[in-house]
Amino acid sequence: MRQQPVLEVRGIRKEFPGVVALDGVDFRLFPGEVHALMGENGAGKSTLIKVLTGVYPADGGEVVLAGQRVRFAGPLQAQQAGISTVYQEVNLCPNLSVAENIFIGREPRRLGLIDWAEMRRRAAELVRTMELDIDVTAPLDNYSIAIQQLVAIVRAVDASARVLILDEPTSSLDREEVSRLFTVMRRLRDQGVAVLFVSHFLDQIYEICDRMTVLRNGRLEGEYLTSELNQVELVSRMIGAELAGLDQLAGGKRRERSAPTGDRAFLRAQGLARKGAVEPYDLAIRPGEVVGLAGLLGSGRTEAARLLFGADHKDRGTVRIDDAETDLRSPRDAIGHGIAFCSENRKTEGLVGELTVRENIVLALQAARGWARPLSRTTQDKLALRWIRALDIRPGDPEALVRNLSGGNQQKVLLARWLITDPKLLILDEPTRGIDIGAKAEIQKLVADLAEKGMAVLFISAELEEVLRLSHRVGVLRDRRMVAQLRNDDALTPERVLATIASGAEQ
Amino acid sequence: MTTASTTARAKALTRYRLFWPAVVLAVLLLANLAFTSDFFAVHIKDGHLYGSTVDILHFGAPLILVSLGMTLVIATGGIDLSVGSTVAIAGALACLHISEAADPASPGTVFGAIGIALGTAVLLGVANGVLVARLGVQPIIATLILMVAGRGVAQLITDGQIITVTSEPYKLIGGGYWLAMPFAILLSGLVALLTALLTRSTALGLLLESVGGNPVASRLVGIRAMRLVGLVYVFSALCAAVAGLMVSSNVSAADGNNAGLWIELDAILAVVIGGTSLNGGRFSIGGTVLGALIIQTLSTTVYTIGIPPETTLVFKAFVVITVCLIQSPNFRAEVARRGAGRRSVDRPRPATTTNREVGA
Repeated sequence: MRQQPVLEVRGIRKEFPGVVALDGVDFRLFPGEVHALMGENGAGKSTLIKVLTGVYPADGGEVVLAGQRVRFAGPLQAQQAGISTVYQEVNLCPNLSVAENIFIGREPRRLGLIDWAEMRRRAAELVRTMELDIDVTAPLDNYSIAIQQLVAIVRAVDASARVLILDEPTSSLDREEVSRLFTVMRRLRDQGVAVLFVSHFLDQIYEICDRMTVLRNGRLEGEYLTSELNQVELVSRMIGAELAGLDQLAGGKRRERSAPTGDRAFLRAQGLARKGAVEPYDLAIRPGEVVGLAGLLGSGRTEAARLLFGADHKDRGTVRIDDAETDLRSPRDAIGHGIAFCSENRKTEGLVGELTVRENIVLALQAARGWARPLSRTTQDKLALRWIRALDIRPGDPEALVRNLSGGNQQKVLLARWLITDPKLLILDEPTRGIDIGAKAEIQKLVADLAEKGMAVLFISAELEEVLRLSHRVGVLRDRRMVAQLRNDDALTPERVLATIASGAEQ
Repeated sequence: MTTASTTARAKALTRYRLFWPAVVLAVLLLANLAFTSDFFAVHIKDGHLYGSTVDILHFGAPLILVSLGMTLVIATGGIDLSVGSTVAIAGALACLHISEAADPASPGTVFGAIGIALGTAVLLGVANGVLVARLGVQPIIATLILMVAGRGVAQLITDGQIITVTSEPYKLIGGGYWLAMPFAILLSGLVALLTALLTRSTALGLLLESVGGNPVASRLVGIRAMRLVGLVYVFSALCAAVAGLMVSSNVSAADGNNAGLWIELDAILAVVIGGTSLNGGRFSIGGTVLGALIIQTLSTTVYTIGIPPETTLVFKAFVVITVCLIQSPNFRAEVARRGAGRRSVDRPRPATTTNREVGA
């Protein structure tokens, strides 16, 4: 590690309209190391990778590759200079063969024609060096995502082998597949390749990485040896100064919580799981209870909730609703049992943008009634107006197109849609993400009131402060496992939740 | 103040869904007046209405029917290419039944023929619906199967010949008159009205628009999309079958080769001109009827103003492109921007005046 960095970035700056995505970030990558780039969502990880690989031009600072200042005009140039990237979504062609995928764009040629035999021979050789036992003439989509991921790496490494950037390569892999990937990464490292690894899974970072760089809000937080920074310190550095502020909020404003009495759960999940989404977990939610789910992004929070709504099919486990075993095969089933689900992706999974506020609000109720029993226009108007007023949706025009509303107001429309169905369990996935502070407070208050009136709520949020303020209990997820369920008493602090996230065991 | 409010009102009008299709239809009709001075004249002969506009409605009736079904299919984000073949099959089956019946003119025979045609259409629609909604085949491919195969089936039914029929009651559907009006106009009007009622006074319209606008969200909101989508293909096939009865009745013959040939393309065009997006979502029954009338008027215009047959298709294409451009908000904005730019280069353009130049 005393040698020269193969890639060095000094004072890099990148602005987007209204946002400084990177503010004077320094970053070094040495040959023969696996280096983690850490940070929360929006910390600037992706932007940094895109600047390194020439997708975005930098607004300031310099990139030095092997001692020379470089300025890439595009990803192709970066690749030719020796920086290859493998993204989370495999961007190969699934309908082409493995060999074609490895050599696409740089096929071995003879007399101007593609030398297929040579291509197959070299592909087989490359695949063998990775200890992959696959048929290079078979279409890529014959193989699992993990193998496809490895093929993408084979391609990247063969094309140019100095710097390999892996952006969330493990997010859709299971444990065994991850260890296979790690074997390949270690081999490349030993061959002197510099590997930059981005992952939300802390365990994986600590298993494979030698050093790490932490970004926060577009600034460099620090560069650390993995062995010198424990997981708790890492998490608090990623979250940063907010931790101090969070302390006060949690201590001062925490709402009086009277835990609901009785142990009759509305919903009880046992050993519920889906491969590649979330490992078996147990969860019980009582009427009037708010259960929070905490965990880093990609820890399985949303996946766990989707199983409870029938949005994804479970592989194993049981769900009991009101003490009767229930098979939730579709959202419609779940809705029939009084479950409502506000997706974190308001635009793609929640609202129908070209319909009006009124239409979006009545949609779930109308779907439950079926097309032949329409809600009269008067009823629709009454419902829409009542909820526009109750939630202070702006503009207050029920005929406004929902896509023209701001994020916070769209979220309220989504809430209104489910509240008029009078659900017994309301699942809220990141209901306050990306909305302004006023709307956020209103939604938090609404959740508290609803629970008071006896509704069961599953509240998912990346903001610990919010989860702690609202929940009676907090389920902590990490690496797709429910690692703990903590009672939210006065002894539960954000630090304890963080420590649980970081260590994977109840603190 | 008054100009401002007038402009505001004009702008509100241009934003009304049916504004642009209505303008295009009006322009086309007026253009005919320039060539045929008595274009709008309607007179009664032998107790029947006659006139160019009546002809447009009469000959446009099958297209209106097919377009109605197509509208709902397109609203769900699909497309139905098989309607032309369904037109041919329905006509062939009905005419075959009548030609083989002992008494071709008895109402029983005619109702039997209608029943066979509509019943078969339901089966064809179910086939499309199962392929698209249940098996997840892309609509364009799923219905292409029937588009190609159905034409063959129609020829098998007619044995490659043209089946002619002589049946007064059957003639009524496409070629007869009722209350002085061509029956076809009344029938297509009735179906359009029923479609509008079916979609707008039940929740069907809303649910279809939701499925077409955002299929993922629709599933999460509990809409039984599979059934709905299957249903619209059945409806589309039924509309096409009625059109098929109309076409064969009008000429008292079934032609497996040419009946309804390319009508699916005209129907798609009518739906799009009527303001329904091919991406699915919002649809407009009124817009579709206007769109179908625009296309029929265009066909009529080609004959009345004496465009040479060899340039007919080019002329049609040119008009269609123009219509589509006029309807494109981007194109209108660009025209407005250029127009404003030419008049005053240094004045910064207010961001909200995009539609006014054309709308005023």
